[in-house]
Amino acid sequence: MKPAVLDYERARTLDDALEWLAAGDGQVKVFAGGQSLGPMLNLRLARPAKLIDIRHIPQLRAIEADSRMFSLGATWTHAEIEDGTLEDPTRGLLPFVARGIAYRAVRNRGTVGGSLSHADPAADWVSTMAAIGAIIEIRSAIAPARSVVAHDFLRGAFTPQLAAEDILCAVQIPRFSPDMRWGYYKVCRKTGEFAKAIGACVVDPRLDICRVVAGALNGRPLLLSRTAAALQQDGTDKATALVRDEIEDMLATLDVAHRQQLAVAVERSLAQLNDPRRS
Amino acid sequence: MAHDNDGEGIGARAPRKEDARHLHGRGQFTADIRIPGMCEVAFLRSPVAHALITRQSKPQGSEDCVFFHSDLAGVAPITTRSSIPGYKVSDYPALANGRVRFVGEIVAMCVADNRAAAEDLCELVDVDYDAIPVIASSTAGRQREATLLHREWGDNLFLETSFDRDMDGIARTAPISVELELSTARQVMHPMEGKGLVAWWDHRAGQLVVHTSTQVPHLIRIGLAECLGIPQAIVRVAPPDVGGGFGYKCMLMPEEIAVAWLALTQKQPFRWIEDRREHLTAGANARQHEYKLKAYADARGRLLGLDAEVSVDCGAYSVWPFSACLEAAQAGGNLPGPYDLKSYRCKTYSVATNKPPFAPYRGVARPGVCFAIELTIDAIAKAVGREAWEVRMENLVAAAAMPYTNITNKHYDSGDYPASLLEVKRMIDFDARRKLPARDDKGRYLGIGFATYTEQSAHGTKVFAAWGLPLVPGFDQAHVKLTPDGALEVKAGIHTIGQGLETTLAQVAHEMTRVPLKDIRVTLGDTATTPFSTGAYASRGIVMTGGAVSRAADIVAGRIKAIAAHLLQVKPDDITFREGRIFGGAANVSYADVGRAWYIRPDELPDDVDRAGLEATAAYKPEVDSGVFSYASHAAYVAVDARTGLVEILDYAIVEDCGRMVNPMIVEGQTFGGAAQGVGTALFEESPYDDNGQPLASTLIDYLLPGPTELPRFRIHHMETLSPYSAHGIKGVGEGGAIAPSAAIVNAINDALSPLNAVLRDIPATPERILAAIAKGGRANTRDAA
Repeated sequence: MKPAVLDYERARTLDDALEWLAAGDGQVKVFAGGQSLGPMLNLRLARPAKLIDIRHIPQLRAIEADSRMFSLGATWTHAEIEDGTLEDPTRGLLPFVARGIAYRAVRNRGTVGGSLSHADPAADWVSTMAAIGAIIEIRSAIAPARSVVAHDFLRGAFTPQLAAEDILCAVQIPRFSPDMRWGYYKVCRKTGEFAKAIGACVVDPRLDICRVVAGALNGRPLLLSRTAAALQQDGTDKATALVRDEIEDMLATLDVAHRQQLAVAVERSLAQLNDPRRS
Repeated sequence: MAHDNDGEGIGARAPRKEDARHLHGRGQFTADIRIPGMCEVAFLRSPVAHALITRQSKPQGSEDCVFFHSDLAGVAPITTRSSIPGYKVSDYPALANGRVRFVGEIVAMCVADNRAAAEDLCELVDVDYDAIPVIASSTAGRQREATLLHREWGDNLFLETSFDRDMDGIARTAPISVELELSTARQVMHPMEGKGLVAWWDHRAGQLVVHTSTQVPHLIRIGLAECLGIPQAIVRVAPPDVGGGFGYKCMLMPEEIAVAWLALTQKQPFRWIEDRREHLTAGANARQHEYKLKAYADARGRLLGLDAEVSVDCGAYSVWPFSACLEAAQAGGNLPGPYDLKSYRCKTYSVATNKPPFAPYRGVARPGVCFAIELTIDAIAKAVGREAWEVRMENLVAAAAMPYTNITNKHYDSGDYPASLLEVKRMIDFDARRKLPARDDKGRYLGIGFATYTEQSAHGTKVFAAWGLPLVPGFDQAHVKLTPDGALEVKAGIHTIGQGLETTLAQVAHEMTRVPLKDIRVTLGDTATTPFSTGAYASRGIVMTGGAVSRAADIVAGRIKAIAAHLLQVKPDDITFREGRIFGGAANVSYADVGRAWYIRPDELPDDVDRAGLEATAAYKPEVDSGVFSYASHAAYVAVDARTGLVEILDYAIVEDCGRMVNPMIVEGQTFGGAAQGVGTALFEESPYDDNGQPLASTLIDYLLPGPTELPRFRIHHMETLSPYSAHGIKGVGEGGAIAPSAAIVNAINDALSPLNAVLRDIPATPERILAAIAKGGRANTRDAA
């Protein structure tokens, strides 16, 4: 389990990285924390000719914030978010989620942008960013910068909306109001494992945001729109009563146990909205 | 119960002598060894489970660095003969000989300066396979017309056995009968350190030197010499630190033969270090059993008879030397467990399948049979409407019946099994917890489960001979020597694999000589410097080698006394050891005074001094060597989330009795570690194969091991019933912890889920299996409790 021969280059500027990537003829991969790509290289499941290390690019560590949005550079680590090294615009949701990712050793190196780009449907940030309505900022040397809403970002499992020359540069997160409440519940067989089911919900009446997400599916996370509408109009009890049916309808191809665990995860995330310790 | 009078002998919680180097990261494992010019080996392994190799070719320009079976001229396959009638022999070649029988079987050996380059070479080797239908389960293997793994056999059974005593009529007359079909998953052992070896040619000694991560160095010496066709005298096996074995490292492996052959023929150093993927997919397979059981009882739950069928999914080849039938032999022999059973029928099938060879993992069959018999006891309890612990009490062999020979002729030497169950019931707070509501404040279902087992340990010559094994352990030997400066050297051929023998053997030597523990040095395993032992397996080390050390140290102690008596001008009988010195009346000398007198100032000794000197080798086995039986009762208290299928172990208590404890701290460490593996068996670990014989868990993402947060705080209480047969009354303890957890935990889960009419019969108890059992029960709640 040793990687095949490859070249490694450390980029100092985003422009350098984008140019090298565009010149790479599809044989180059971006390397940040290496917590997913590293094992894939060792297993020789990933066979890039070259790695471009983007951890030392200052622009990817930028934070830009105004009264409405908060833009988080792609190479902030899970541990930095967990530790409160940067401002949290989500009233505790991001640090809570970060704390539950894998193990501390993984969190020390793994990055937000890397996790999203890897596009594992069971990854916490995939569901979390969908639930908060984040926008993913993408740049490339050969096309204009573009944005993708987070819940559309996965084309499928391990297939993000990223071309070979793209770099995920930042995640724009709404700056939530003091009235914002959230719930996040995942079903894991053991601490640190990828979730078998994720439920996430975010409610902010002042921003008119109400989203409920079922995650850890076979592809992109599912926005439960009927449940969310009921949550906005009739409150958590009514919403909770709808979860199972909506999941049965929308995810009928999944096996029974998986649907069951998804329904439970979403229901329990909704139950957290009323937990005074969280909001 | 206190034996130790100075905190260093038998019974003392002495800190482990080996810990300092390990805690400082200064242990030396196989992968730490560096030899100038050493090349690395990678193996090309079969990607298919069953096929003929129709063509294979080496990459151009690298022909000298790639080896096929045909290159290893004169190397014999691993062949495990057995004296049991009907046992079928498999030839397991180091490199595939025209046919592969499991995914992961070695097809080619590639050599390069480093592992990555060796793996590059593997990718360039060209092999064509012509697929053969795959036998992917023991059920498939037993079917008529099944594809044969070994054509000359006529079927796919390594061995079929049958035992029947007094079962006639029981089925008609017994008031109660229960029927269970059970299965235990295929598991992989996962010592912290995988397998690995370094082999080189020692020109000065004229020897092939093999530093292999093994539990049984003296056996590997025999096996390597046989397979390589060379005299044993030119093979030296010198194992470095070994990071856990669990049975995986008590067998001769194809990789050992292949890499040793390289060193022997090329006179260069080579190494192979197993990676975790190889470990998961190509080796270390264990535990997969299927059971069909019918148990008969009276209205109180007293067992009247047991009718059993056991299938073991043995994989493609027999391992050496413990064979492909040890597992089934142990299963059939141990299924009656700690119970007084009068009628028993058991058929066992050791089935060849297209999977890696089955190896004897910590507990060897007993985790499976304990799971089987303990679930049966709970099923009987349910059928007669009594608490499961009460039905156990009806059936456990009573203390007054000891020694007790059971229906399969196992001779339980000593112990009080019922007392261990009552104590663990108290520890788990059964009476109070039984009165609590069925669900906790999170809505989870609560349950308590018990399991009791008895574990044959340190079984000796007759037992292994009866299993028909090609190598039968006899006497273990140890060498003890007082050095000129008064320290003690202890040498034995067993190896230290993390179980603390450098400390416990020193404690035994101290017990006999009273040389301070810090001055006792234990050297193990190297065939060039240690007397013969068959090695560390079957929970035998501290009984067998401990007994040999006790004998040898006692002999040396007598000679120390004789010389000290002369120096002090008293009679040897008047000599006493105390406070690290040697007293004759009020006067005393040091151990160094004795050593100096014998070795470098013999002029101070009388002419008629005992010429045997201050070193001795002694051999030992217990007078009755049918095994000394440790036992334990485990109790688990669990919460089951019936909506997610997740289980939390809230409390776990163990009452164990391994006879006289040499070091209670090490006993507890062994028990904690074993029980942690048992939790893995119960809830997490599974190496599934698809119908094509492809392993589906090839990384630790798919093969879940329990971590610290999944483990309860195991609470241990010791009982200490000395064995009448072994030196100091010691019994083995290495395996026991791993035996009972799956039984106790699944009994607890079934207890918890009884309001939902759900019954679990297969492990690991994954969320999917638990949810399926609940769905089958038909009483599931669809909402969390308010």
